[in-house]
Amino acid sequence: MSTTKSEWPLWEIFIRSRQGLDHKHVGSLHAADAQMAIENARDVYTRRMEGVSIWVVESRHIHASNPAEAGALYDPANDKAYRHPTFYDLPDELKHM
Amino acid sequence: MEKNLEEIFQDKIDREIRIEPKDWMPEKYRQTLIRQISQHAHSEIVGMLPEGNWITRAPNLRRKSILLAKVQDEAGHGLYLYSAAETLGISRDEMYEQLHSGKAKYSSIFNYPTLSWADMGAIGWLVDGAAIMNQVPLCRSSFGPYARAMVRVCKEESFHQRQGFEILLTLSKGSEAQRRMAQDAIDRWWWPSVMMFGPKDDESPNSLLSMKWKIKRFSNDELRQKFVDICAEQVKILGLTLPDPDLKWNEERGHYDFGAINWDEFWQVVQGNGPCNKERLGARKKAWEDGAWVREAANAYAEKRKNRQSVNAA
Repeated sequence: MSTTKSEWPLWEIFIRSRQGLDHKHVGSLHAADAQMAIENARDVYTRRMEGVSIWVVESRHIHASNPAEAGALYDPANDKAYRHPTFYDLPDELKHM
Repeated sequence: MEKNLEEIFQDKIDREIRIEPKDWMPEKYRQTLIRQISQHAHSEIVGMLPEGNWITRAPNLRRKSILLAKVQDEAGHGLYLYSAAETLGISRDEMYEQLHSGKAKYSSIFNYPTLSWADMGAIGWLVDGAAIMNQVPLCRSSFGPYARAMVRVCKEESFHQRQGFEILLTLSKGSEAQRRMAQDAIDRWWWPSVMMFGPKDDESPNSLLSMKWKIKRFSNDELRQKFVDICAEQVKILGLTLPDPDLKWNEERGHYDFGAINWDEFWQVVQGNGPCNKERLGARKKAWEDGAWVREAANAYAEKRKNRQSVNAA
């Protein structure tokens, strides 16, 4: 039985469902290299015309924020309600704003 | 500290906040999910075998294309689920090894043989029907990657059930021999499908914790009842019957009563003594071993392509 050493690397797959939209993460798969990852992604994630463009990124290249530090990381935005348009108290007669 | 983390975790679950791979989770939650998701993935992969048996013998090109697409979907579903399980820290090769060594289980239903073309209909209608009943609530499972994989699976699965019913409907309107073939397939697949929901609630030790953690949302018996109620009505459209003399509408309960399940058969098949256990596992192991050269060749080709690119770049 083969060992983990020979396992093909893991790739994260991003698909653009149609022109004008962002690529969106859809899942991951194993492939020997980027070209084969794209071909596999075609078969695994676009069997029903779900995409017009595929990005593949080897999973080990993804750097992620730490959920345990989410509090501190997002704290600076926490007390700045004035960044939202609803913060401002304006008369109802005011139109088109 | 540990206690505190566990409270935060349960609080998130209770507030319907999904758990993502890098979030803290109890070890038992991780292990339960690895077991359930990998088992589910193995079921999709082994599940290709009973139907693969009929691809070359489909009665016409339309049916053959449909069956091919369905089996290909099952491979895809297996892959979605394997990658969801991998986010919990188990490798793909470890999961394969657990399947091949018999340590990991897969759904017992796939240890029954597919004897006639009508079995493709019965599998689609009953087996996929039962699977959908189980899977729809899993789209709201508390673990994010599992729930997302299930959304994708459920979207695709609906055609599987419809094509199966269509096969049976066509046979039911055909010759006497075709009607008999359809009835025979239903007779053989009905009880194993009813068993797909797993042991009775009071004999399913892991269920309680899975419900508390919202991995599961409905109990085995609740889902089983729902399945029986739906099928008991649908079979009338086929003009055929379900092989259960005790099946009867119970006005008071608002559900169909049904006969006793042969749990001895269920446990025999789970423990490896079903009609096709050895054959199915043998086929998977052979595919893995015979495919070794493909995996190596792809690695070698990737290496060669990389070298060629770096030469061109230089």
